[in-house]
Parts: sequence; C-alpha cells; structure tokens
Amino acid sequence: MTASQTVTPKRSERAQPRATRKPLGDMGQPAMLGLQVLFGIALLVVWELSAGRLVDKFMISSPTDVVTRLWGWIASGTIYVHIWATIYATVIGFVIGAIAGVVGGLWLGLSPFLSRLLDPYIWAFNALPKVALAPLFILWFGLGINSKIALAAVLVVFLVFVNTFAGVREVDPDLVDSLRLMRAKRRQILTKVVLPSATSWIFVGLKTAVPYALIGTIIGEMIAANRGLGYLVQRSGAEFDTAGVFAALVVIAVLAVIFNEMVGRVQDRIQGWKVVSR
Amino acid sequence: MIELHGIGKTFRKGREEVRAVAGVDLEIAPHSIVALIGPSGCGKSTLLNMIAGLYQPSEGQILYQGTHVADVNTNVGYMTQKDNLLPWRTVLDNVALPLELAGCPQPKRYEAARAMIRQVGLDGFEDKYSGELSGGMRKRACLARMLLYEPQALLLDEPFAALDAQLRIAMHDLLLRLWAANKQTILLVTHDLVEAITLADRVIVFSRRPARVTHEQLVDLPRPRDVAQVRFTGRFHEIYNAIWEKLREEYVEEKL
Repeated sequence: MTASQTVTPKRSERAQPRATRKPLGDMGQPAMLGLQVLFGIALLVVWELSAGRLVDKFMISSPTDVVTRLWGWIASGTIYVHIWATIYATVIGFVIGAIAGVVGGLWLGLSPFLSRLLDPYIWAFNALPKVALAPLFILWFGLGINSKIALAAVLVVFLVFVNTFAGVREVDPDLVDSLRLMRAKRRQILTKVVLPSATSWIFVGLKTAVPYALIGTIIGEMIAANRGLGYLVQRSGAEFDTAGVFAALVVIAVLAVIFNEMVGRVQDRIQGWKVVSR
Repeated sequence: MIELHGIGKTFRKGREEVRAVAGVDLEIAPHSIVALIGPSGCGKSTLLNMIAGLYQPSEGQILYQGTHVADVNTNVGYMTQKDNLLPWRTVLDNVALPLELAGCPQPKRYEAARAMIRQVGLDGFEDKYSGELSGGMRKRACLARMLLYEPQALLLDEPFAALDAQLRIAMHDLLLRLWAANKQTILLVTHDLVEAITLADRVIVFSRRPARVTHEQLVDLPRPRDVAQVRFTGRFHEIYNAIWEKLREEYVEEKL
C-alpha cells in the first residue's frame, strides 16, 4: 500500500516535460511522507536480512525478535509498570524543573542586582554535568522514584531558567515604557508585557528540556531502580538479552516522540498570534 | 500647561559624555499644538522623554500643570515613530489596554474601544493582530489606544515619519479632527516643516546637538485647516520661508 503510494507521484513527476522538473527537495508533503515510510521499511528489511547472516544476532537482534519480545511484555502486562514509572518520573520531574526554571528566570531577569550577584555561581553550576549528581540524589532521596524525579528536574531547570532569563532580558523596553505611561502597575507590566513576550523563549526552553527530563529519568533508573524503562534496558543488557534492550529502546523512543508532540501542541495553542502574523 | 525651566540633559556612555539638551526654556500653553523641529539626532526626542518622565533631566526642572515631573508622567499620551502595540494582542485588545489596566470590566472597555476604533477609521480590523496591519493602520491603532485613556497632553515623536505622503495627509486630518473635539495639548516632534506648519500653532526650531531653542514662529493660519490645501496658501509660504531661513543655518553648520 505504502509502496504504491510513493511510486505514483514519482512517476507523474517523471512524466512531466523536462523543463518543469523540480528539484527533489521541493517534493510535496504526501510524497515525502511515503518516501519516509519506505525508507523505514527498507531499513527494517536490511536489519532483518543481515541479522544472523552478516552480523551475529547476539549483537543486533532482529526486528521480528524485538517485536516478539515487545508483544510478550505487552501480552503479559509486565511492561506497563515500567512505562508508568518512567512517565511518572519524567512528567513530575519536568513540571518541578519547569516551574522552578520559569520562576527563577523571571525573578533574576527582573532583578539586575540578584542576577549580577549570582551570575558566576549559576554558570559554574550550569557547566557541571548534572548526571554526575545522580549518586547524591540517591543518597538524599533513596532508591525509589524520588531520586529519578530529582535528576529529571535538575536537568530541566537550567534549560528553562536560561531561556526564561534571556526572554525577560529581551523584552522591548519601549513596550514597558508605553505601559508605564498608561498607568500600569508593576504586576500588570509583568503579566501583560514581560510574560507574554518571554513566552516564545520559555517555550524554546521547555521544548528542549523535554528530552532531557526523559534522559534524567532513564539514567536514574539505570543507576539504581527496580522498575522503569531505564531499568528494563539495564536489566536486559545485563542478561545479554539484545532483543529486550531494543524493545525497551523502542518504547522510550515512542515516549519521547509523544512528549515532544504534546509540547508542540500546547505552544501552537498559546501562541496563535505568532502563527497568524508570520 | 507644560513648563520647562533651564532643561539640560547629559548622557554618559562609559567615559564619553554626550550633551543632548542644553538650557531649554519653554512654556506650552494648554490646548495648543506646538511643533518642535530641528536636525535629526539633536535631542528633541530626549526632550519628549523627559516631559513623559521616562528620563530625568540633568539640569533644570519640568513642571506639568505646576507640579514637578519626578516619575513617569501618566497624564500624557506618548506616541513614537515605533508603534508600541503588543504583537500578541488583537487590535481591539490593544486599544482597550489602557482601560484594562485601569480595571474596567471587559464589556465596557470593549464598547469604548470599538467606538474609538471607529473614530480613527479602523473598524473591521478589530480582530487582527498588529503583524497583519499596514503601517498606517498601526498608527491609527496607536492613536486610538492613546486617546482612549483621555490624556490631557499628547507627545508625538515623529509619529507619521514612516508613512507615505497621502497617508500622512490623512493622518494629519484625523489628528486635527480629534484635536478639535478634545482640545488636548499636543507636542509634536518632526523633521517635516510642512507637517509642522500644517498642524501647529507654534513652531519651535532647535539647534544641532546639544538642542537649544534658536527660533520661534507663530503659525497664525486660520482653523479649521484643510490639511491638503493649506500648504498652497500665501501665508503658509511666508511662514515656511521664515522658518526655513533659520533651519537652513542649522543644517549648513552641520555640514561644515
């Protein structure tokens, strides 16, 4: 089905006179989507054919094995506790980090004194690989879900903070002045100018932070846990179960795509004006 | 009444000092239109910023209706060359903003905003975002927003500089009609001598930086004025030539 879809537009392009032939990059969206699907299928086929023939199955498993393993987990229901643990830690960690980042960014952005005072400390802490804090969090918050939440939050908070801070600094001072002349109070300037104008910056921060929340959770689960997708990858690897590793990775990738998609949707809804004016 | 007594302003950029305004004394009568004209970058905009209370003068004192302007002067409406509309709001929400800030309930402020939008001839565009408007429409929206909170004085800093000639005449006409209805005090900074004479009761010529008053000319053209035709009258030319003589000295010096 997909194959025939992709071939048809290509043929019609060929049928056109040579003079109007368009470069490949200008291809229509449906045709491109078809090609993308075709490319994915081709990859899977190559993987399937080379597994056990060109490369040892121990190294790369095979798509059918991965699907079988995934199906086994779904059928037995054992996968859901892991998925839920990861989603829970990622979402809670993201929310905590995002709120802390936005509040901190707004606060420092509006206070030149504080931002100058804390500047060297913030950058020093930001340069620190946050993943290295994992053992500390396990000491503080235990082996349970809380240490994963903390790791996810700490990865998120800086990305959101830096972007919010920049967004507040980028607010057009003329807009602020024009509102002050209209008798706006300090709080009104914050809610009517600073926040809306920093929104696009904040969203860039939130969007880039989503994968990091997932990374924080997964790493936390890989270091010490008894559930979660990171734990599943870790355990499958330790058991030399390559198909299990790939199956867990597939689930993680699907989760990442869903999270990204959700942030994009929210952003589109909030920033309708931007879509219209461009 | 706006009074400026010995106003001077010096900006410090690192070690460099730039003297933008020096020793300006001015009195602006209520309900009059006064145009400030002079070479570009001479400090006229700085003067307006000080009257609006956005900058504090380095020397001298500004009195607005007898009281010293120490903070942002919320009795004035300020319109700059740049339209400071909020891009994430529709025209209606932008125009209604001053009432929203004052805590006016939504139906009431929308009603007032719609009426004002009709007055400036922008009806039908209430739900557009500022990014979708042309330059002239944005100016109209700014004008509507500024007039909605009924300031007693309007500070206009080259508000129509970016518009084409026909549009500018339309905006002059609109401004004079609105002024005839509300009689605000208007202080207009411009480069355009024709615009200055067409609109103002008094034209004040400034020197190159630091800005000083070098010449003052009363414009005794009768009102109401036909903004498209008044520039072809004999009296207009006399006034134009008188001011141009003075203005040219400033420009000639600038080139040397």
